[in-house]
Amino acid sequence: MSLPSEPVLAPAAEPADAVRPAEGRGPWRTALRRLRRNRSAMVSLAVLLAVAALTLLAPAYAGWLGIDPFRSNLAGTWVIDGQSVPVMEPSTTGLGLGVTPIGPTWDLGGYFLGADNQGRDVAARLLYGGRNSLVIAGSATVLCLILATLVGLVAGYMGGIVDTVLSRILDVLWAFPVYLLAISLSIVLLTSAFTIGPVTITAGSLLLPIGIIGVIYVPYVARPIRAQVLTLRQSEFVLAAIGLGLPTRRILRKDVLPNLLPTIIVFVPILLALAITTESALSYLSIGVQPPDASWGTIIQDGQTLLYSRPWVALAPGLAIVATVLALNVLGDAVRDALDARGHGR
Amino acid sequence: MLATVVARLVQMAFVMFGISVLVFLIFFATPGSDPAARIAGRNASPETVEQIRHDFGFDRPLPVQYVVMMKRLFVTRDLTSFVNRGQKVIPEVLDAIPATLSLVGGAAVLWVLGSLAVGVAAAALRDTAVDRGLMILSLIGISAPVFWLGEVANLLSQSRYHDTWLFSWVPGLGYVPLSESVSGWFKALVIPWITLAVLYIGIYGRVLRANLIEAYSEDYIRTARAKGLSPTRIMLRHALRTSLLPFITMFGLDFGALVGGAALLTEVVFGINGIGRLTFHALQNLDLPVILATVIYASFFVVAANALVDVLYAVIDPRVRA
Amino acid sequence: MSPLLDVRHLRVTFTTDGGPVTAVHDVSFAVQPGEVLAVVGESGSGKSVSLLSVLGLVDRRRTVVEGEATFRGEPILGLSERALRRIRGRDIALISQDPMTALTPVHRIGDQIAEQIRAHERVSRHAARDRTVALLRDVNIPMPERAVDRYPHELSGGMRQRAVIAMALSCNPALLVADEPTTALDTTVQAQVLDMLRRLSAQHGSSVVLITHDMGVVAEMATRVAVMYAGRIVETGTVAELFDDPWHPYTWGLLDSIPPLTGPRPRRLPSIAGMPPPPGRTEPGCPFAPRCRAAMPICRLPPPEQVAGGHRALCVLDAPTRAALRPPRVAA
Repeated sequence: MSLPSEPVLAPAAEPADAVRPAEGRGPWRTALRRLRRNRSAMVSLAVLLAVAALTLLAPAYAGWLGIDPFRSNLAGTWVIDGQSVPVMEPSTTGLGLGVTPIGPTWDLGGYFLGADNQGRDVAARLLYGGRNSLVIAGSATVLCLILATLVGLVAGYMGGIVDTVLSRILDVLWAFPVYLLAISLSIVLLTSAFTIGPVTITAGSLLLPIGIIGVIYVPYVARPIRAQVLTLRQSEFVLAAIGLGLPTRRILRKDVLPNLLPTIIVFVPILLALAITTESALSYLSIGVQPPDASWGTIIQDGQTLLYSRPWVALAPGLAIVATVLALNVLGDAVRDALDARGHGR
Repeated sequence: MLATVVARLVQMAFVMFGISVLVFLIFFATPGSDPAARIAGRNASPETVEQIRHDFGFDRPLPVQYVVMMKRLFVTRDLTSFVNRGQKVIPEVLDAIPATLSLVGGAAVLWVLGSLAVGVAAAALRDTAVDRGLMILSLIGISAPVFWLGEVANLLSQSRYHDTWLFSWVPGLGYVPLSESVSGWFKALVIPWITLAVLYIGIYGRVLRANLIEAYSEDYIRTARAKGLSPTRIMLRHALRTSLLPFITMFGLDFGALVGGAALLTEVVFGINGIGRLTFHALQNLDLPVILATVIYASFFVVAANALVDVLYAVIDPRVRA
Repeated sequence: MSPLLDVRHLRVTFTTDGGPVTAVHDVSFAVQPGEVLAVVGESGSGKSVSLLSVLGLVDRRRTVVEGEATFRGEPILGLSERALRRIRGRDIALISQDPMTALTPVHRIGDQIAEQIRAHERVSRHAARDRTVALLRDVNIPMPERAVDRYPHELSGGMRQRAVIAMALSCNPALLVADEPTTALDTTVQAQVLDMLRRLSAQHGSSVVLITHDMGVVAEMATRVAVMYAGRIVETGTVAELFDDPWHPYTWGLLDSIPPLTGPRPRRLPSIAGMPPPPGRTEPGCPFAPRCRAAMPICRLPPPEQVAGGHRALCVLDAPTRAALRPPRVAA
């Protein structure tokens, strides 16, 4: 006998999460609602906003203290409990050589977290450093996403020889360990000023860590984007647009790019977290932010020699990194879940 | 099978070539600066710079320069440091390998066992307080910079609590060769191992949990349950066994990268004289030949390790094997 | 004769992000020793869920199962996982729909079958392997001595489904639950596998619950039928009763969708217009009414149950109305 197969009765399966031109606001609104209902994501967002606000207040805080956190203050004094003490106290142990910077006063009026080995206010530097860390991470993330989207779009949409060449280059970059690439770029760029056309970038510029971090993570983002562009290129609405003879630029802007947006958004918190960690590592290795400028990584490095006597110099920036990166990671998970078309609990 | 291996080796060779070209371009063809002066290091005499320009062929076309670089790295292996006058670079790199291997190997044992425990426990107790607690701890482990974690560990074990029973056994910072003293080697490395492993336990634990949960939605897990197997057996023999394949790939990549120098932050914090610390000192002194050598050797090692993992993968996974 | 499996007033509710969704409403059925009960319905009608929830094979944390069920007179719903484990595989075995995914990809099929035997019986590794080879021979897998050491991906879909059936039969279960056992197979293989399933279940003395959407398979295999729609059994009876005198308009639709055995094949098989209601539906009336060609205003009330012996249906239509609306099919 012949056996009819299921489709006779069942309605054609309707793929719930089929790609469609992102016209309606529906999916975005759903994602936003899911995100808003996620309590840990909201807490993380609050933490991030608080960190950003605090670092923005850095100049105001320094101005209020009336100090310059970038100038050493080896001979200065500070008043604690009505007593004047030197910022750099002569050592009382051992041979009596060397000096120990003033410890945390836990008084926001000055040296809240103590001084570093140049007598500078650690709390003020922490805010300035945080501003640099966040600016570098934010700019590197934007740079990386722009580059990766461009590469992914061009490779995935053009196909052919362009795709082959770009993909091979991405393969090489992908296989090149991130930190080795970062070290190579940093050391070469730091040893001499670097000129592109009329622009000269000096060794101390924040543009160096931004550029380096922005570039090294490109393959991680470009590969998934390219893969998605490849599938979109074959999707019916793009084929239809091509069939209608619409200009490529318009198809890319109206049909392809909007569908890449969820992927790109998912990468934002992940890249920010990676960039903050990478920046701090590079700065710790003294190939990131250059003195007298500060970042959380350079302050940890400053604190290393004072670790046993004045641990807060190194502890505070580390805690700031942990809190920020943790919040970004939690938020990243939540954003991914919120945008996940598969949903939860069927 | 053989075709897979050959194809993978060809790809490996291509990637190695690509990386060497990239490194060459970064080190020797960055616009707007003189590579000879850079290699000579700070305060080098004009004669030294001129000598270097000649030795590396910087007065000749780029392809020749590339060939000279590769020859000095892999054939004659006579690259010398100019900061530490005349110190041969390649033997220095090779001498640093045992310390790095000791650090990474021990940490790898810890992180594999740790992440298996975390991943399996979290997946088995999914959505309970234990699961949530483990996942938060993992995220904290992922979020803490390893060099900072190392400083905290040093602060506790070398200074604040060094005189208590908890940490009185901890020796001063530094590496003790295995050949010198087994117990000394072990004691010197325990805290670095734990510090380095924390990050990877976090990453692997989370990945394993996700893979296990995905495996649990598969039909074959329902089949296994319908067979009347015990939950332990289903978890270990069916879910975990299939989830291990991506786990092994990740492990190969990370282990390769760490041995190739990614452990440098840990080495620096704990004063372990491995490849990473060698690179670090070269960075401090702007000693380019050393960095050139470590970068090329390490990235080649990592690429080779990745290829090896892919081949091993084909051996382990019956689906790929055919 | 007391039934082997007796399910009464089964109700299964899933908790989802959008609130609870009831997939099975007040379902009752019984399986007698030695019989083949076919449970028929569209995908999503709750036919698999009904059986899997009795076996405790649904996600316990997201599912509420209410009602009563006994197996060999002993309650089975609400048993601990540990107690259920002793029943699963030994007394009640499951054959899954998709042989491509039903076997663990990284283990040899022989090991997977022997694993089940050794989970329930104290036999040596060697004896379990011998039994596995014999089982594979019974399900007509060529060269069973070699096939035991094959991995699932090395076998074709039909061969894998045979292996799954061999595994299900390995402990001589009293009840086989076959969840769309041939849906994923090629048409030519389907008939062979069904034949074999019928022969072996008889040989092993196993009752069968056959979950399917295919009335052709029902005619071929079953002794009794339960037709499910939107989480309810809308009609149940012997195969003869249902095929000769179907009461529920939904059953009519199912029967009309079987291609005729002789005569010219229609250009297009008739199908039921419309779609099943969404799972979260709360209206009290007959769930089939929106698609029913005999729907009346009264169908907005809960449908009454009509009973004649073992033949039952949830429908308001009486015999004369049915006869008027659906002329009996002329036997070919």
